[in-house]
Amino acid sequence: MTETPLIGAVSSTATGTPLTGARIGVVTFPGTLDDRDAARAVRLAGATAVDLWHGDTSLGDVDAVVIPGGFSYGDYLRAGAIARFAPMMGQIIKAANSDARLPVLGICNGFQILTESHLLPGSMVKNDHLKFICREQVLRVENNTTAWTNQYAAGEQITIVLKNQDGQYVADEKTLDELEGEGRVAFRYVGWNPNGSRRDIAGITNAAGNVVGLMPHPEHAVEPGFGPDHTGTDGLGFFTSVLAHLVGGKK
Amino acid sequence: MSQKFNIDTVEHAAATPDTELPWAELGLKRNEFDDVVKLLGRRPTAAELAMYSVMWSEHCSYKSSKVHLKQFGDKVTAEMKMDMLVGIGENAGVTNLGDGWAVTFKVESHNHPSFVEPYQGAATGIGGIVRDIISMGARPVAVMDPLRFGAIDHPDTARLVHGIVSGIGGYGNSLGLPNIGGEVVFDDVYQANPLVNALAVGVMRHEDIRLANASGVGNRVVLFGARTGGDGIGGASVLASESFDDTKPSKRPAVQVGDPFAEKVLIECCLELFKGSLVEGIQDLGAAGISCATSELASNGDGGMEVELTSVLLRDPTLTPGEILMSESQERMMAVVSPANAAAFEAVMDKWAVEYSWLGEVTDTGRLIINWDGATIVDVDPRTVAHEGPTYHRPFHRPEWLDGVQSNTFRASGTALPATGLELKAAVVELVSSPNMCDKSWVTNQYDRFVGGNTALAAPDDAGVIRVDEQTGMGVALSTDANGRYAYLDPYTGAQLALAESYRNVATAGAVPMAVTDCLNFGSPEDPEVMWQFAEAVRGLSDACMELGVPVTGGNVSLYNQTGSTPIHPTPVVGVLGKFDDVARRTPSGWREDGQAIYLLGTTADELDGSEFANLRGHLGGLPPRVDLARERELGQILINASRDGMVDAAHDLSEGGLAAALVESSLRYNTGARIALDEVAARDGVDVFTLLFSETQGRAIVAVPRSEEVRFNDMCTARRFPVARIGVVDAESGSLELQGQFSAPLDELREAHEGTLPKYFG
Repeated sequence: MTETPLIGAVSSTATGTPLTGARIGVVTFPGTLDDRDAARAVRLAGATAVDLWHGDTSLGDVDAVVIPGGFSYGDYLRAGAIARFAPMMGQIIKAANSDARLPVLGICNGFQILTESHLLPGSMVKNDHLKFICREQVLRVENNTTAWTNQYAAGEQITIVLKNQDGQYVADEKTLDELEGEGRVAFRYVGWNPNGSRRDIAGITNAAGNVVGLMPHPEHAVEPGFGPDHTGTDGLGFFTSVLAHLVGGKK
Repeated sequence: MSQKFNIDTVEHAAATPDTELPWAELGLKRNEFDDVVKLLGRRPTAAELAMYSVMWSEHCSYKSSKVHLKQFGDKVTAEMKMDMLVGIGENAGVTNLGDGWAVTFKVESHNHPSFVEPYQGAATGIGGIVRDIISMGARPVAVMDPLRFGAIDHPDTARLVHGIVSGIGGYGNSLGLPNIGGEVVFDDVYQANPLVNALAVGVMRHEDIRLANASGVGNRVVLFGARTGGDGIGGASVLASESFDDTKPSKRPAVQVGDPFAEKVLIECCLELFKGSLVEGIQDLGAAGISCATSELASNGDGGMEVELTSVLLRDPTLTPGEILMSESQERMMAVVSPANAAAFEAVMDKWAVEYSWLGEVTDTGRLIINWDGATIVDVDPRTVAHEGPTYHRPFHRPEWLDGVQSNTFRASGTALPATGLELKAAVVELVSSPNMCDKSWVTNQYDRFVGGNTALAAPDDAGVIRVDEQTGMGVALSTDANGRYAYLDPYTGAQLALAESYRNVATAGAVPMAVTDCLNFGSPEDPEVMWQFAEAVRGLSDACMELGVPVTGGNVSLYNQTGSTPIHPTPVVGVLGKFDDVARRTPSGWREDGQAIYLLGTTADELDGSEFANLRGHLGGLPPRVDLARERELGQILINASRDGMVDAAHDLSEGGLAAALVESSLRYNTGARIALDEVAARDGVDVFTLLFSETQGRAIVAVPRSEEVRFNDMCTARRFPVARIGVVDAESGSLELQGQFSAPLDELREAHEGTLPKYFG
């Protein structure tokens, strides 16, 4: 029987490196669901996870921020539309646009919050088949130069978890052409477009490459035994990428 | 606050003994109303009548079932008590997991609301069971949903499937709880009475266990969470405790409406209260709402409570006191807080933006007093409301039709049986594409199974597995099972078979079975034949629990599941919880390593009565498969040891659909084929290949064993004198399931058959 290490094998590679000092904030809104998962992914990558509360007005001394998935404020209005006005989001928007270019990753509801915040263009609407869908999803890494993707090879295919109700990425044709032209499509769905997203787009980046948003969930594919197919850890690269980025280790 | 109603105070009730009260409309029987009058020494007020009617309903009082349910508490051995921290009677039972951890789990029904309003009925079913788990002090960590619908091609079935599945997903997914398993069964007996059962499991440290009692005179009583509205009034008494009947008006107003966001915030808020030890007692508001919470908290504690009902925050200001007491608005909790902790309690509420209102305090008067603007409208002994409701010894007798059914065996029906390789292949394809045996991912893909990052196995594996302790890997496995056709043929055996299968599933995943929860779905207790089915099922289940050494720690009874005078098949859903020292040892149901040996554990008899194959031929008669609990226990130990010692890489239990279904499912799980030879086993067991494939004999499983472990595995089985046979080998290259000498079925063809059914009917 193949041994499937739980925590040890992945985290042990990272401990003791200069990266362990990195502090990555994970934001919790009312209705956030994947905050503990995101914090675990940060820890498994070798950094320290810092809880950030939506109502607080200070980012403390975090080096990067993850806005995790969930249903902030129930998503009763429009996904992310209320969360975007949280005091913490004001801080994040300011820091992401500052010269320091705080790295920000928005996953699922986090991606929706980033588009509502105008840190990323476009929007998400209900899946074209109108159902919630949870599946193991193959993505192609289209841009491996961002703060959150630099540990992947360009064109690499990864399998992570997809789960959403409102995951159909939409934008006007001009915006889509710009995203394509500027290489800002970070991830595309491979094999099957699970929600009708324009041009198979699963995730995008801002021009500076510090803000990345995507619908699928890398934080659910970081630990052998608990991810896709009970083995997959393809999502860990997001979190090691930002650590590499922080120490200037971009490929 | 000014009075907007003509309030029926206690004083007024005493002065007007002859006032006509709508006790019948509220679901009380004449003798029950007379009992209330006798207990109070006067007529009840309108508010008291509301409380008694809902708390004495079948759903809340178990008045028809409790004389039988007693057996779950009576038939308990020392072995079964060893790990039980909290038993039946609380919101949910609690079992010790070791290392200071405890687990609580329970399954409940939300059948009738889900037929009337599928989305909200199913959604609030999840909400209610999750609040039961929080009430024990636990963090909920997973849910499961055993579902039963009518015929797959009936025009009304799609409405129910779409509504119920999206309701479960819409609510459960928003709570951040992985949905790790359950069942989806189609049978026309459930056409106008689908079964929507919901199971939740939570974990906690021992010191965090909380109970529902109001103790400490002077402690304050607080209601928090969502506001109280007009939804779900009379849900328990009128909806859950009566049969559906075309002649009555629509019952939609009695169904509650859920707000999963409010529930998610409530979960986090309660966990923060527990962490700070800020509550003395806590109770969720489910069936019977404030009536239930106040009377149960008071009855379980020092015996007294006084509350002011006008303090309740309302969604609808026109509600009468009786309606407020009966409302089943969701996402509400009631807690008892010491005055010293009140400020800290309020700070937690403010942090999570949860509304709350202080209603009153705990007293030592032995009375539950409820005031409306200072005037007393309820003055009762809370025990008479919560615990001393009516008890019925309902008459029951064995149905006369049963002998005829049991003597009508499938073999004797003369149905043509497949014999050639081609015919067997066609039968296998037909089986795995049939509504009950087909792939259920159309349903399970609408549920989030990953959230939390602790899911080690989920549907379609035999059991759902959740890690509890991230440091040690310690965790739990859960399975729910029932077979209404078996229970129809013989309710005593049928209930035991449900337990046996659930127990086997948990052991197949590699976990040690520890505790049981049950949801007993039956027809009307006023029908002596149904009551006999119920009595037999409880007797069978309690006997089997004792033999397997696993206690029932909690559950739920759902009666009146029938349309007109036609009851559903008796459907005792049994959930078994097992423990892993390390969930890394869990065994998935499919094989994927080329060359591994496939073994069949157990022997096969000619047991086709009640089987899925007979069901496909429209036959239901004879006796269900025989139960051998000693053998189940032995098989369980083999599977658990094999998992712990790394002797098997895959294991799948044999149940509905028999060996045929298991071989196909294990091959399709990881898209890896196998070569199987059955002639020797068939000869050993004295059955033909058809019977070997489709019989539903219990106590069997198939496993995939690495070559290096074969000797050890065989030795273990031999030492335990457990029948085992090597029936084939994993063949990763072939891309097909080959039954040598019979047929070879390409996996693509099997997959198309297996996965195509639900999308074909539901889009």
